[in-house]
Amino acid sequence: MNLIYTKSKGLTDRETHYCPGCSHGIIHKLVAETLVELDILGSTIGCAAVGCSILCYNYFKVDMVECAHGRAPAVATGIKRTQPDKVVFTYQGDGDLASIGTGEIVHAAHRSEKITTIFVNNAIFGMTGGQMAPTTLPGQVATTAPQGRDTSHTGMPIRISEMLAQIPGATYVARVSVHDPKAIVQAKKAIVKGFKYQLENRGFSLIEVLSSCPTGWGLSPVDAMTWLEENMIPYYPLGTFRSQEETRDV
Amino acid sequence: MFNERILCAGFGGQGIMSLGQLLAYGGMSEERHVSWIPSYGPEMRGGTAYCSVVLSEKEVGSPIVTTNATTAVIMNTPSLIKFEKSVISGGIILVNSSLVNRRVTRKDVNVYYIPAVELAGECGNQQAANIVMLGAYLALTQAVTEKSIISALPKVFGEKPKKFIDLNRRALELGQKAVLGHGPKLAAA
Amino acid sequence: MPKSLMKGNEALAKGAILGGCTHFFGYPITPQNEIPEFLARELPKTGGIFLQAESEIAAINMVYGAAAAGGRPMTSSSSPGIALMQEGISLLAAAELPSVIVNVQRGGPGIGTIQPSQCDYFQMTRGGGNGDYSIIALAPSTAQESAEMMIDAFELAQRYRTPVFIVSDGMLGQMMEPVTMPSKVPQQSVKKDWAAVGHDNRRPPITIKTLALDPCDLEQINLRLQEKFMRIRESESRYETYRISEAELIFCGYGSVGRILKNSVDQLRHEGVRVGLLRVKTLWPFPVEAFNVLPPRCRHILSTEMNCGQMIDDVRLAVNGKIQVTHYGRPGGIIPTPEELADHAKNILAGGCQ
Repeated sequence: MNLIYTKSKGLTDRETHYCPGCSHGIIHKLVAETLVELDILGSTIGCAAVGCSILCYNYFKVDMVECAHGRAPAVATGIKRTQPDKVVFTYQGDGDLASIGTGEIVHAAHRSEKITTIFVNNAIFGMTGGQMAPTTLPGQVATTAPQGRDTSHTGMPIRISEMLAQIPGATYVARVSVHDPKAIVQAKKAIVKGFKYQLENRGFSLIEVLSSCPTGWGLSPVDAMTWLEENMIPYYPLGTFRSQEETRDV
Repeated sequence: MFNERILCAGFGGQGIMSLGQLLAYGGMSEERHVSWIPSYGPEMRGGTAYCSVVLSEKEVGSPIVTTNATTAVIMNTPSLIKFEKSVISGGIILVNSSLVNRRVTRKDVNVYYIPAVELAGECGNQQAANIVMLGAYLALTQAVTEKSIISALPKVFGEKPKKFIDLNRRALELGQKAVLGHGPKLAAA
Repeated sequence: MPKSLMKGNEALAKGAILGGCTHFFGYPITPQNEIPEFLARELPKTGGIFLQAESEIAAINMVYGAAAAGGRPMTSSSSPGIALMQEGISLLAAAELPSVIVNVQRGGPGIGTIQPSQCDYFQMTRGGGNGDYSIIALAPSTAQESAEMMIDAFELAQRYRTPVFIVSDGMLGQMMEPVTMPSKVPQQSVKKDWAAVGHDNRRPPITIKTLALDPCDLEQINLRLQEKFMRIRESESRYETYRISEAELIFCGYGSVGRILKNSVDQLRHEGVRVGLLRVKTLWPFPVEAFNVLPPRCRHILSTEMNCGQMIDDVRLAVNGKIQVTHYGRPGGIIPTPEELADHAKNILAGGCQ
């Protein structure tokens, strides 16, 4: 028999706590594979942010620092400024990065901290039970928007990648998705590129990954992926919003 | 017991803080216990600026001398209004009469009116009016020697050419002359 | 050693460098700005890093990251800025990360004033962050002591793996005094095998965390932390007594008031009034033992503070009802004069102020 697939050596054998169908698992896999392929597992320090992925240190086989809600980019700044030769990444959800932590992510990009941020956008607060996030789509039902998000009351969803791409210090900003195998391959490429930017000392890199939350959305795993493709991607177009050798390519 | 508590007050830009610092540096070099504390806050941009200096034989407890000054150096009219009452009975008030347009009303303090801006002009720079006032203070109290003040100049103003030192030495002397040989009453007349 | 005339804030900054500070993260606020200004200039000369953060919240989290990665970081701020940092301070205490936090107190509540105050005694000793934790709080009362306590703070932070507060105020920060300082302070190299620096494929990954969802785990973590706090209580409390022999009334004060009171005591002793001073040098751990050695004649302790009565709680707990304790304070940024404090004490001894 030929071995055609094996779990990444960058991940532990710990059983996952994520809900069935949640795409955090896919994104963890992509990040772990990247760290192994770039041979930086031993020199990487990750920052776990409050949200569903707070426990990601149980899965990544790297040193990790757990951060207060929203503050991972500031903690990562402190780590990188202390260990400038190491690779530092943050793994943040949309409640963490796009709500409580907007100040920290904007200024980490602004200073062009040589860190990589994996920004998982699933348009909802997952860990706390499906409340509205700044990224929740118009009309999307959440426990704190029971009639669906009323944009006249709570504004339009925030497009983080487009916003951060305006900052001179953001050297690589891309939005990808993990709703189907083709998208996953693209997502992996973007994540690799983000870490390469850091290894090349270029500056701040962020990869926004559109992700599903079947539990929070009240959908089956399969329907959730379809919903992501049909509803999120039209509002959150995929592509590279900033890079040093190319312009936006939707 | 030697315990000089000096209050220096005027506009921002009149050299109030540096006058006080020269005294503190000078006193320190003569092994006194010293302290200097500025007023701080929005008023440092143009309003009344003041600083307190203590020169003492003993450890300095309170560095604030807004209520019990042995000497007040008053560089402008608002400062006189604000701090006339801050001097102890029998204390000294040195008034920059070039700018202060009123008289001290208290009778229990020794007052000297010194045309500090004009005297500084005679030395070549009206900005040295603070140093003229310092010269007057030193002459009246011998709190710190002129030598120690001259040595403190680079610490407060940075390294300067000899011309600068000479100008300040001359300003100290003119301040001294303005009060020596004149009793406070004469100076007040 | 040559003497130099320095602001208390500069003495703190210079002490930080001598204490081996590797990183400063902070956000401007009056009256502590001389600290970041000094370190922006001087820290890079020693190979250290100065970084102005976008907020106090970011600053304390940068301190957290730098400490987690094995650095010797610090931040400094003033009262409202410290309020913003409290979440991060709770995390530093929980994750046991060595770090130093300076509070140059100003008047509150709210935005308050930039003038000196001691209204953050509770903020410094009772925590503003969540959870059962205590933080060493050193309270200097001169520029010299500011420098020395700063050096000490870095040492204590490493020894106990804990954040350490320096509690100063606007008066101490802004005033200049002579300071003598060593050119170098030898530092014990501390092995930080707990730090997150990358495992280099040689050891299992390290996680620095404070989340402990299982109450049984969190109880054990708390008990272990308390054991450390108890060790600190037993060995790190500090105080100074001044002319307490035969004293009938003892002033208790710290920081700026602690030094002003020396003038009051001298004045009263000169007048033949038997008073003394107990100056508290560690707000936490509070020097409870000092109250066991007061002269038997002492019948009144006057907790003297630039606030409406905060340290008096600790004084009362320490005295445990044995001696009458009252408070005298000036809130809002007013610095009491030695004379008014002396007058108040005389009133008490004359039975006029109960």
